[in-house]
Amino acid sequence: MHELSIAIGLVEAAQEEGARHEGRVCAVHLRLGKLSGVVPEALLSSYEMACQGTPLEGSRLVIEEVPVVVFCPTCDAPRSLSSIQWFCCSECGTPTAEVRQGKELELVALEIDDGS
Amino acid sequence: MAREPRLVEVRRNVLKQNDVVARELRTEFREAGVFVASMVSSPGAGKTALLERTLTLLRSRYRVAALVGDLATENDAARLKRSGAEVRQITTGTVCHLEAAMVRSGLEGWSLGALDFLFIENVGNLVCPSGYDLGEDLRFVLMSVTEGEDKPLKYPTIFNSADVSVLTKVDLADAVEFDWAAAEANIQAVRPGMHVLRVSAKTGAGMPEYLQALEAGLAERRAAAT
Repeated sequence: MHELSIAIGLVEAAQEEGARHEGRVCAVHLRLGKLSGVVPEALLSSYEMACQGTPLEGSRLVIEEVPVVVFCPTCDAPRSLSSIQWFCCSECGTPTAEVRQGKELELVALEIDDGS
Repeated sequence: MAREPRLVEVRRNVLKQNDVVARELRTEFREAGVFVASMVSSPGAGKTALLERTLTLLRSRYRVAALVGDLATENDAARLKRSGAEVRQITTGTVCHLEAAMVRSGLEGWSLGALDFLFIENVGNLVCPSGYDLGEDLRFVLMSVTEGEDKPLKYPTIFNSADVSVLTKVDLADAVEFDWAAAEANIQAVRPGMHVLRVSAKTGAGMPEYLQALEAGLAERRAAAT
């Protein structure tokens, strides 16, 4: 369970970014890769805890899950996986360990309420 | 009338701070000429036993040290010190993984230039350590034969974050009817091309190949420096 420390880091980052803008941060958008090692449900409940006593209290966390994309040497193209238990090209079946996407843990946007 | 909230684009890696520290550590390790290997596994897979054997065997020819992460006790460090190597404990408290900053503070006062090998034993956990780069050159993921062959399928993320798999406690393989082919297939399924080593820290079986992997790493590091 390391989602709480991730959530605290996320809230700190969102607070820093939010301070650059007028208004209150009412939602935080996160891109979360399937290979990030973070469980979305656990992060959502930790987020609420991490927000307590900060300007982000009461804000929502919006998680966009990012699927894994690998590079297939046979197709010479980026390809999806059918499962993270099976690292091979979804088109031709060639095994590949070259991960192009899916490790993201990225704060991508803030929703800011101007309160007017 | 209340306005709709506006959307501000940010793009910021949440673990950026860890990645920054890890990158600094990697540079320091390279400049000092020390080869750094870390170990991750579930609790009880044999990290400490393998590390104890490793330190004992390497110590006659190399300058070695280890950092050991544990939630509460210092038992592992005490055990490892029997090897005669420099060992330090990083007590993580409730944190279930090591972070690069913990490694950095654990190294305080040590002269990296006086070392050939530094080992980092992570907290026993197959989930949380996967997202944290520690600046190491090589990450071993250990899996004991007594845990069953399907560990890689249950924890693909950690196998994906590691460089080499080490099957441990192989002296017990027959007793638990360990299916080598299934284990190998499962590792290759989640990490095609992964190098797999087989060791028994108890009997010493497989230790030469495992040590060779480490020595090759050090030789490469030294060759790159010249």
